[in-house]
Amino acid sequence: MGDFYSYFFDHLSNVWSGLAVTVEATVFGAAVALVLSFVFGFMADSRLVLVRGVARVIVEFFRGTSLYVQLFWLYYALPLLFGYELAPLFCGVVAFGMNYGAYGAEVVRGALKAVPKAQFEAAVALNLTPVQRMRRVILPQAWVQMIPPFTNLLIQLLKATPLLWLITAADLTMVVQQMRDRTGATTWAYLTLLVMYFVLAYLLTLLMNVLERRAKVRLGQRPDARGLLRTRSAESARASEMAGGSL
Amino acid sequence: MNYDWDWGAVGDSWPLLWDGFKTTLLATVLGTVVATVLGLLVAMAGRAPTRLVSVPVRVLTEFVRSTPLLVQLVGAYAVFHTVEPLTIGIVVLGIHYASYMSEVYRAGIDAVPKGQWEACRALSLSPRRTWQAVILPQAVRNVLPALGNYAIAMFKETPFLAVITVQEMVAGAREYGATHFTYAETFTLAGLIFLAASYPTSLLMRKLEKRLGH
Repeated sequence: MGDFYSYFFDHLSNVWSGLAVTVEATVFGAAVALVLSFVFGFMADSRLVLVRGVARVIVEFFRGTSLYVQLFWLYYALPLLFGYELAPLFCGVVAFGMNYGAYGAEVVRGALKAVPKAQFEAAVALNLTPVQRMRRVILPQAWVQMIPPFTNLLIQLLKATPLLWLITAADLTMVVQQMRDRTGATTWAYLTLLVMYFVLAYLLTLLMNVLERRAKVRLGQRPDARGLLRTRSAESARASEMAGGSL
Repeated sequence: MNYDWDWGAVGDSWPLLWDGFKTTLLATVLGTVVATVLGLLVAMAGRAPTRLVSVPVRVLTEFVRSTPLLVQLVGAYAVFHTVEPLTIGIVVLGIHYASYMSEVYRAGIDAVPKGQWEACRALSLSPRRTWQAVILPQAVRNVLPALGNYAIAMFKETPFLAVITVQEMVAGAREYGATHFTYAETFTLAGLIFLAASYPTSLLMRKLEKRLGH
């Protein structure tokens, strides 16, 4: 135990750089996923059959083929087919973004559908333009519904980042595994690694809780402050897991 | 695009991928069995009357579900290096998904009306009879679709087993792709096999959900 930790603290700069890769992949992957969620979510809500169909096919494709396969396809097959190679981290961001974007699209679609129809009708009656309607009436309400399932997806994405190690990006997993190889302290190395991911996941959840609270306050609700510390949204466990819409 | 797509490679790698696919299916089925049983036990332990049991169980579930499956697999493989890789894979997959499924069970158990518990108390049924004859039959029926969805999710994560040297489908694809330099063909085929297996299953689950009235 002592061996591992003395090595660990002597090489903290390696840990930081590994952590940076993991955080970058998570943040950029999540950003791509968020954008795609809205693009495909809105498309799936469209009145045009063709637009809906395209969104459906893309979403089902990325949900149906495993993330693992997608990542390896991008990393190994794409250079063969098109002759240029993606940097490992970039490759990861693209794969994470597309995969979780497809899941996120379902979240967006569901949340848009969950806004009461009367809200839409009232906005029409008030003569709001479609853009105003979306921005001022529909989205603020849908957004509150989206945050808990988005939190789940964000944690899923963080948990997928060790895949980067397999395509040779020096992420947290790779760095700590190298430390294990040097010190031979298998159990402590992996436990430390797991605890680090756990802390990261909790920090992300806290951030999303703050976001959720702010979104609720905007709607005039006064959520309980204790809810900020919870490990995950109670609503998400109920809504997404009972309805089976998760993952 | 000037790559010569080799249809021969698609055909030639098929037997290897199919063999791996059977391992993938086996791991999914056994992993699901472990997860559904363990998940239920965890959910019931989470409702234990003493906090001495329920709090550690919840902390542990939270830990398992917020840490990466890949690290759990590699860690377990390194620590228990004498155990057969497939067994480790099935157990770790099972434990990982049990942490999700226990949440589903918990929601299902919470959805059973309080009056049912009270009625059991009034009839002075034993805890065992209460769970077995009254609570679980109502709780489990409602959560079946959600459990099925997690089984599908697990299926899509079985390629992780390749990392701990289990010869499942993607391990086969990598091996074949590396020796014949046909990553494009074999990985595309692997992805399509996944799609062909998981899409109909999710359609089926959706039908089941509708029939159960969700």
